[in-house]
Amino acid sequence: MAKVTVQTVEHVARLAHLSLTAEEKESFARELQEILSYAETIQALDTAAVEPMSHAAAGEVLREDEPRPSLDRERVLAAAPDAADGLFRVPRVL
Amino acid sequence: MAELHRLDATAVVEAVASRKVSAEDVTVAHLDRIAALDPSLRAYLHLLPERALEQARQVDAALAAGGPAPPLAGVPVAVKDIFDIEGVPTTCASRVLEGYRPPFTATAVERLEAAGAVVLGKTNMDEFAMGSSTENSAYHPTRNPWDLSRVPGGSSGGSAAAVSAGLACLALGTDTGGSVRQPAALCGVVGLKPTYGRVSRYGVVAFASSLDQVGPFARNVEDVALVASVIAGRDPLDATSAAVPVPDFREAMRGGALGLRVGVPWGFLAEGVEQGVMAAFRQALSDLEAVGARTVEVALPHVPHAIATYYIVATAEASSNLARYDGVRYGFRAEGVRDLRSLYGETRDRGLGREVKRRIMLGTFVLSTGYYDAYYLRAQKVRTLIRRDFEAAFEACDVVAMPTTPTPAFRFGEKTADPLQMYLADVFTVPANLAGLPGLSLPCGLAGGLPVGFQLLGRPFDEATLLRAGHAYQQATDHHRRTPPPFS
Repeated sequence: MAKVTVQTVEHVARLAHLSLTAEEKESFARELQEILSYAETIQALDTAAVEPMSHAAAGEVLREDEPRPSLDRERVLAAAPDAADGLFRVPRVL
Repeated sequence: MAELHRLDATAVVEAVASRKVSAEDVTVAHLDRIAALDPSLRAYLHLLPERALEQARQVDAALAAGGPAPPLAGVPVAVKDIFDIEGVPTTCASRVLEGYRPPFTATAVERLEAAGAVVLGKTNMDEFAMGSSTENSAYHPTRNPWDLSRVPGGSSGGSAAAVSAGLACLALGTDTGGSVRQPAALCGVVGLKPTYGRVSRYGVVAFASSLDQVGPFARNVEDVALVASVIAGRDPLDATSAAVPVPDFREAMRGGALGLRVGVPWGFLAEGVEQGVMAAFRQALSDLEAVGARTVEVALPHVPHAIATYYIVATAEASSNLARYDGVRYGFRAEGVRDLRSLYGETRDRGLGREVKRRIMLGTFVLSTGYYDAYYLRAQKVRTLIRRDFEAAFEACDVVAMPTTPTPAFRFGEKTADPLQMYLADVFTVPANLAGLPGLSLPCGLAGGLPVGFQLLGRPFDEATLLRAGHAYQQATDHHRRTPPPFS
């Protein structure tokens, strides 16, 4: 079964874009281990011939692929912490 | 006429439509009661008094002009703070959405308002609907109206508490793993989780998209049936909303319970149910038999794996859905950062609470290279096995009955130190979400002075049978008429 170390937590936190404190890393390592140990019961089931279920929808209803008005750009940008010239503004990337 | 805050929705509509009482009077009575009592309960996060009065006056004006009475004329409702209303804050009880005012309105809310309902405010919840006690709200906990030292359940705890305490006539919540049914049970009200796809999720903040469903709270089955007829149905803005015809649930609920086959998974209930809850559940089964139902034992052999399956599937989906809270498009942004990557990390670290981070971490882990097959893919297969269990059970019965929760309301802090213990509070509610089935939780008595609920689960899109059984049960019993002593 998976062993969750502080290194594992640091790797997963990078994937999830979370900057965790040292205390959070320690406790998440312990708690994730505990939850995964509990989830270990499903490993014993024979699922070789079982199809995975990704949703419970009654059947997909696709709409016609036609252009239609979307939300107004200014109103969407008004909700952003920082916007300029019709765009979201963020700190430097590199 | 009874005090306005104790009228059910059906009575409010009747009184407002016949102009015995104005929608404005009903709204004012509720706003006054909220001002007096919510400081001790804290069910609401944001109140919308001016907007509510404006809506109520519009209802009154339309009736005064001779217009027909809409189905929810003047009914005061509370809406979980996960539903967007244009121009009104949506926080999802998270710091990361502080200051956000969405530019659109959820379809479910739009349909309520079009039907004449009056939205009083937005209710408290566990942050991003992750929790079973409303203790994970970033703002404040909500108390249980029956005992202020106990939780109201969660995640829709504010909605359940508001309806129970008479601070709203009806409320909307969402149910991803029990978040309508569990708080309904703990607060002594009725809660419906419709079939997956029955109600549009447009404008509802996503937690786990293959499980999330909108559901109503009310003080009796008839009111739940009334709201369900208004909010259900296909919406072009939600591709997962089903094009299945919506019956008039209030007509459909009147058929009685004669001959109804109630399946009970006794094997699954053998352990972990508190004695007082089990006693109330057994009494509910006898009461159903007394109105003509008969009970049969059913087996759900894979359902004991539902919690493990749920906490893999739900967290995987959440880790993806919550990637959008990065400080760029809405809400909170961390200041004083070096670059874009640290903007993401710091915004999320400061803006998201502990349980939300824990679930993002777990979900990211089960989706990561090397673990996907062993956890996520396997959980999706077990989900198929759980659905098949129910399909087999419904060969032998029309509804499946279970307690809604293993215990009545617990105390603040009792389960917060151990995440797994909190997850196990959902043991009886998550199976319906995994299988996509409708579930109705009904009050069935008290244990140690605290409400106990039981739930009926049905075939997909067969809410009508649940409501019919629930209405027959409530015609023969009085549990739903009890009010919490501090808020009578």
